Amino acid sequence: MTDLYDQQRAMRAMRMAAIQRGVIAILDVGTSKIGCLVLRFDGPDRFRDSDGVGAMAGQSAFRVIGAATTRSRGVRFGEVDAMQETERAIRTAVQAAQKMANIRVDHVIACFSGAQPRSYGVAGSVELEGTAVSENDVARVLASCDVPDFGEGREVLHAQPVNFALDHRSGLKDPRGQIGNRLSVDMHLLTVDSAVIRNLLYCIKRCDLEVAGLASSSYVAGVSSLVEDEQELGAACIDLGGGATGLSIFMKKHMIYADSVRLGGDHVTSDISKGLQVPLATAERIKTFYGGVHATGMDDREMIEIGGETGDWEHDRRTVSRAELIGIMRPRVEEILEEVRGRLDAAGFDHLPSQQIVLTGGASQIPGLDGLAPKILGQQVRIGRPLRVQGLPQSVTGAAFASSVGLCLFAAHPQDEWWDFDIPADSYPARSLRRAVKWFKDNW
Amino acid sequence: MQQMTAQRPQAAQPKRDPAPSRVAYKAHRLWLTPFVRQLARVGIPVFVVTMATGWYLSNPTHRFAIVEKAQQVRRTVEERPEFMVKLMAVEGASPVVDDAIRQLLPVNFPISSFDLDLEGMQAKVAVLDVIERVDIRIRPGGVLEVAVTERQPAVLWRAASTLEMLDATGHRVASISGRAGRADLPLLAGVGAQDHVDEALALIAAARPLAQNMRGLVRMGERRWDIVLERDQRIMLPEQNPVQALEQVLALNQAQDLLARDLTVIDMRNPARPTLRLADPAVEELRRIKGLELGGLAQ
Repeated sequence: MTDLYDQQRAMRAMRMAAIQRGVIAILDVGTSKIGCLVLRFDGPDRFRDSDGVGAMAGQSAFRVIGAATTRSRGVRFGEVDAMQETERAIRTAVQAAQKMANIRVDHVIACFSGAQPRSYGVAGSVELEGTAVSENDVARVLASCDVPDFGEGREVLHAQPVNFALDHRSGLKDPRGQIGNRLSVDMHLLTVDSAVIRNLLYCIKRCDLEVAGLASSSYVAGVSSLVEDEQELGAACIDLGGGATGLSIFMKKHMIYADSVRLGGDHVTSDISKGLQVPLATAERIKTFYGGVHATGMDDREMIEIGGETGDWEHDRRTVSRAELIGIMRPRVEEILEEVRGRLDAAGFDHLPSQQIVLTGGASQIPGLDGLAPKILGQQVRIGRPLRVQGLPQSVTGAAFASSVGLCLFAAHPQDEWWDFDIPADSYPARSLRRAVKWFKDNW
Repeated sequence: MQQMTAQRPQAAQPKRDPAPSRVAYKAHRLWLTPFVRQLARVGIPVFVVTMATGWYLSNPTHRFAIVEKAQQVRRTVEERPEFMVKLMAVEGASPVVDDAIRQLLPVNFPISSFDLDLEGMQAKVAVLDVIERVDIRIRPGGVLEVAVTERQPAVLWRAASTLEMLDATGHRVASISGRAGRADLPLLAGVGAQDHVDEALALIAAARPLAQNMRGLVRMGERRWDIVLERDQRIMLPEQNPVQALEQVLALNQAQDLLARDLTVIDMRNPARPTLRLADPAVEELRRIKGLELGGLAQ
């Protein structure tokens, strides 16, 4: 536990150093593509309060100066499957982004979608030392949370305090300085498979990069795709990726639940490939050009040349109607959405006051999904695209880059996490010295 | 005609996106490092150029070749016709001085004006006593012009063994073989006379009424002047205000025709007490007249 704590603190320090230096890269390791953006931090906000623009959701502080994506290799279900391949893909993306930025980046913040995230809500409570809540009290109450036994081989990726309560007053955002007796906290823990993290860290290290932060892609996709009132009132973000579908639930601007379904757009592609007996690359192209989930009468007449290179004329001249293609795709998409629905139900999403669901990620661009999704997920569904950030090239503003953009925002405005608070003083060696001084003072 | 080999339709190739090798990746990152970039763009070129230049110059043959080439280029510029001097023109000099100057400045024309040391030449010419002032310049058209002002002799000075012409400031102009050569000039004699030519000229100007009789001025004891007249008559002048003393003598002469009398010396060394020295016959005559007077009285 302290090991992780130290590791996360080290990452935090490295992130601060990188922001001081002004350049940081973000790396979105996905199943279908690996994206790298290079951010330049311009120091203090260029927009002052007097400009009337506000903080621009934290965007004014940074600019995207390099962007590159590459086809992902060696990643399955959002997890590193073949390390050499993954390393090569990361190298490709990072080099291209560096070339565009014309600057060398040493620090990178990475996100990944797999590793079987599991959410835990934990609570802790502590009596205040003084009358007002101090930083030390916050640290103590965070440390007092009884951590569930999440099993061997799992590590905490996010540990975010989502709610503070002081005596009987709950829903405090920042209790520091307030007067009371008993401070309680609700914390959201997200644990992931540690082996997956280790593999990813190893791949990044092999590219001579320092990891300055790690995030779950379902979390960062929510950060970028949910608008502010959705985050405030409660909403779920569903990131339909290539190999895994992440879902995160936000409430009061905090993530309260995250999970991942190991199904995604690649499964649709593989269904098409199997159903039409075509290579995966062709299946991907057919899916992108002609895919859909809602067949109409017109689709029966629209014939798609599916081609082939076997040399068999009959085989290479096959055609398929678009309705058939939709017939292949729709069950898989329904399966994914139903799986997501199951996870949302398990998380108790239907008890939330707001039932807003936002679909994002590459697979959310399937035409007709906005008709299919409400049938499974409920009426309040919209297709979301990530926030616009300064300097982002047009080619990477699509829904597929929700987690990349979210990671930019995460880098600029990180959420307070458990390890951002000091270690409570009573578990700290300095405390004994202080006690000794106190003893001397009291007795002499 | 149909080809026998099958023409298979090219499937849409995915965009080529090859991964860089580890070495290429590291090299690219190294290249993006500001220090390395500066080194490659500034440091190494400067170093290489410095080293190459240093190596080249360390060989004396190369240095010599460079210097020689530079000199050659310089010569070609200097020897362009625009800079060549073709002849010398001496102005304001008498033929003798002209010859002397030409002998003193042996210049082989044509010559580049860069090779002429005008100041040195001026100094060389100015050494001549007869030259009061010399200006040397290169006139457009390639003419070396030597403009000379000669000293005008004002007096002759009989030195220990030679007879010199001096100008009004007492500077030597030239030697002369005999007094007859410049009979028009007054004659000075005596040691130190050349340093007080201005005084002498003032006296000569004052003594204009005596010009017919005057033979010259003698500097006595390096402090005062004697005027020597015909018949070995001398007017001895004082150190101070000799001109007034001379004018006194002239006044006496005018009044009493002093110099026509048989005197040898008019001593004005003490202006308050002019003294005359008679010639021997005059003394005897005077003595006879006195004797007559005495005899007359005695008789």
